[in-house]
Amino acid sequence: MPTAEKTLDEILTLAAAHFKVPREKLSPDDDFFKTLGIDSLQALDLLTKLENHFRVELPDYELQGVTDFRTLAGKIQIRL
Amino acid sequence: MNAGISRKGEAMSVEYKDGLIELALHRDPCNEIGSQSLEELESFSESLQSLKQPAHALVIHSDLKCGFCAGADLRELYERSHAMVKDEAAKGVRDFLERIHRVLNVIDAAPMTTIAAVHGVTFGGGFELALACDLIIADKTARFAFPELRLGLIPGFGGIPRLKRDIGNAVVRDLLLTGRSFNTTKAQQIGLVSQVVAEGEALRAARATAAQLAKFDHQTAVTAKQFIKPVPYEELKREIDIFCDLFSRPAVQAGLKKFVQSTDAQPYLP
Repeated sequence: MPTAEKTLDEILTLAAAHFKVPREKLSPDDDFFKTLGIDSLQALDLLTKLENHFRVELPDYELQGVTDFRTLAGKIQIRL
Repeated sequence: MNAGISRKGEAMSVEYKDGLIELALHRDPCNEIGSQSLEELESFSESLQSLKQPAHALVIHSDLKCGFCAGADLRELYERSHAMVKDEAAKGVRDFLERIHRVLNVIDAAPMTTIAAVHGVTFGGGFELALACDLIIADKTARFAFPELRLGLIPGFGGIPRLKRDIGNAVVRDLLLTGRSFNTTKAQQIGLVSQVVAEGEALRAARATAAQLAKFDHQTAVTAKQFIKPVPYEELKREIDIFCDLFSRPAVQAGLKKFVQSTDAQPYLP
């Protein structure tokens, strides 16, 4: 199982690539809706990418209120 | 010839070639089904019922990047029902549902193999449109959901009877009662999706499948479909009644208003 830090780093890398923003512009505690400029449908698109990458299933209701990469990583980490 | 079925509308386009009909959805922002889409779907279903020559397959897909279809046009539903007195709104909703059910029943029972080639958002009415088809081919970006309970409703375009027809009741309860969305891998695990393909490849895979279907005797394929895929007409009628009963409650108008007027970045997250 990857470490929590590695999971977080992979999420940041995936998000940067998917939404075509420089990786260095993303930080763990960023509000990803604001930093990436995305809406809820795009957030679900990111969730699909993350589920496919980590081979986990994360019910989207667990993302209610989640806005930063670090918390998102924690939600994924407990399902790895 | 079936060339007469081909057309380009505001919400969708239809093309016919060599026994294959392709229905492409292209109404911004994400193929929401409102009155314009319904009219074009009705026109399409009438054409489907009066084909001069048999077609072996129908492929339904979306030209939009966001996905296959985000479901019913909730903004139109709210604005129209909000502008009407309660009885008129209820009548309007029932009329809309009966019309969309007629269309989806025609697609469901169409004398050809029907394939939904989906990607991205496949929610609510969009999911129900896919469920009316015989096969669902999905790329890895596809995401399915019945979020209607968030609005105090149930799916109204035939979703529950068709989902019950295709998969186990425990899974139906999970998807319906939680309103959660799920990805293509899960959809294939539960038996909804027949093929999973790479991003952007669903239409190509659907065309390849349609080409395979063309090799079989048409009447045999139609007979097999009628035998294994009965349309659950009684449950579909019951669904309309339940939906209309629920729609009359104040909680639904409040839920629609909240969705339509939301400036929240997360209205699609349950």
